[in-house]
Amino acid sequence: MSTGFVDQIFVRLKVWIMHFLPPGHDLIASFVSALLNISGVLIVFLTLFAAMSVLERKILGRMQNRYGPNRVGPFGLLQPVADGIKMLIKEDIVPARADKVVHFLAPIIIAAVAMLTLGIIPYGRNMTPLSIDGGILFFFAIGSTTELAVFMAGWGSNNKFSMLGAMRAIAQMVSYELPLIITTLPVVMIVGSLSPDQIVAAQSKYWFVFTPWGLAAFLLFFTSGLVESNRTPFDVPEGESEIVAGHMTEYSGFKYATFFLAEYFGMFAISGLAVTLFLGGWHAPLSILRFVPSYIWFFGKLSILLFVFVWARGTLPRTRVDQVMNFAWKFMLPMAFTCVVSAAVWHYAGRGFFAWIWSLVIIAGVYMTLSILLDTKKKFAPRVYRFAE
Amino acid sequence: MTLSILLMVSSALFCIGLLAALSRRHAIFILIGIEMMLAAANINFIAFWRYNAQPQPTGVIVAIFAIAIAAAEAAVGLALIIAIYRHYRTTNVDQLDRLKG
Amino acid sequence: MINIAFFIIAALTLGSALAAATNPKLMHAALSFAIAFVGVSTLFFWLGAEFVGLVQIFVYIGAVAVLIVFTILLTRREGEQLRGFNWSGVVVALAVFAGLVWSILKSPSMSILPPEVSPLTVKRIGEVLMSDYVWPLMGVGVLLTVALLGALILAMEDKRE
Repeated sequence: MSTGFVDQIFVRLKVWIMHFLPPGHDLIASFVSALLNISGVLIVFLTLFAAMSVLERKILGRMQNRYGPNRVGPFGLLQPVADGIKMLIKEDIVPARADKVVHFLAPIIIAAVAMLTLGIIPYGRNMTPLSIDGGILFFFAIGSTTELAVFMAGWGSNNKFSMLGAMRAIAQMVSYELPLIITTLPVVMIVGSLSPDQIVAAQSKYWFVFTPWGLAAFLLFFTSGLVESNRTPFDVPEGESEIVAGHMTEYSGFKYATFFLAEYFGMFAISGLAVTLFLGGWHAPLSILRFVPSYIWFFGKLSILLFVFVWARGTLPRTRVDQVMNFAWKFMLPMAFTCVVSAAVWHYAGRGFFAWIWSLVIIAGVYMTLSILLDTKKKFAPRVYRFAE
Repeated sequence: MTLSILLMVSSALFCIGLLAALSRRHAIFILIGIEMMLAAANINFIAFWRYNAQPQPTGVIVAIFAIAIAAAEAAVGLALIIAIYRHYRTTNVDQLDRLKG
Repeated sequence: MINIAFFIIAALTLGSALAAATNPKLMHAALSFAIAFVGVSTLFFWLGAEFVGLVQIFVYIGAVAVLIVFTILLTRREGEQLRGFNWSGVVVALAVFAGLVWSILKSPSMSILPPEVSPLTVKRIGEVLMSDYVWPLMGVGVLLTVALLGALILAMEDKRE
């Protein structure tokens, strides 16, 4: 049972701490339990945030044929500490004409929302910090609060660039929330539950990404996730060549760092949900590999997805605003609905080989039709300059 | 915690909504007042469901439908406000007194 | 302890609702409205209707509040003149409140404690929605579609030459 012990070591640690509490106080016990879960999540993800911020710059450096940060500490690994000190001691500037309260509250709300959404993800066997019945709904309900917070940041700054950035961010987040939510529907339909724990438990035999609808839904979900977390190639809201830094223009010092933190936490949350929904959560890919603890599998899959985030940032140029919006409404949304239909067909055709074929046929058919209708050749023709030459 | 305290909270919310709908001159805030009154009604539905031992979750279902209808109402209402603003250049309901377009 | 939580939630909800109803700054009032609705959904959580609370946050904070702040932004030209406040509304609201509280206090059947019930699962709500209430569900679906199209047509710019 040594493997089981390592697998459950954090759960056992929590039980061990909890047994020091005086018996009979349910309220204190539940409070301490919640506090332990919260601190666990925060410690892990703040460490991951620090590691990610330096590793992202390192990987980007490699992709762009340069070194990246390598001055502070061995291989530049202490760079986040230096960044943190710099951000903390910077002057906190609030514009004179800004709406002080709204300007102050916006980064707090954004960061709090990003941290709350991390709560429902199952990080390992018996390791869900907040195990509620409608976990997926919780994720999207809390996540949709980000839009209001972004608006507060843009409006509170009383700056045209901030407002334009916030408008762009909200337009693109609202548009991509639809495919994001609709692509989770097939998984919810097949499992018959909104609880992330049960979704992971349903993937013990095969992961949903290995079915045609699952693969299509995963790709759509991941692209929408890229947009939702405002990452390149969809970082139109903060494109520095057009609008200085979008809704973050008027923020400095630690408030700016909070926005940065919220962006990364949002990225972790959306990748974590993608792992939970499509990549089998904490399940090992093969039954021989079950001796590796479950949380290592989860964080392994998570880091692969995070690498793809960085990879996309290092490779792809920024899209235009109209391209982003057209892509959402003309391609992502019909494809997301197709995934729902395809999953239903897959279920009612018996989930076997023929179900697999039928499901694939539906998705491929709609994909072909869409690409003919959208006339991809015409869209990507060489650009014609009419006014500037 | 008795049911009457909950009902008092919901009636207070209802009256605040009524206050907003009656006193404000801005069309959006009349809409907000109506939304608050609907939310107060929803609190009542949920409270009566919770304080009733009946297994059927009728109150919850009605609350869900009420939220959906309130969302539709808000969407159409705000679209109307934008259309009116474009036409009359005002959102003050006291100034919207012409029957002719 | 649970009661203290209730009173904090109720005070937050009513306070921010009052701010939304009376604050002369339009944007602050709209944001207080959002806080009030978070309070209402917390009240639903407290009453054990998690699903409704989540739907409430989803619909009101994610959609309606964003719509409202956008509408304020789009119709802001005269902004400052709209601070008018009609004091007769206060009288009516207080009278209605007094009447409601009086009738609540008068009815003895209201002073009951909640019975022990098994928690309501999302699955149960889904089953009920899909069996007993399937026609209302269809109706709401049609209503939402019509509202979507209607709002689009109303808010669309006139393309007159």
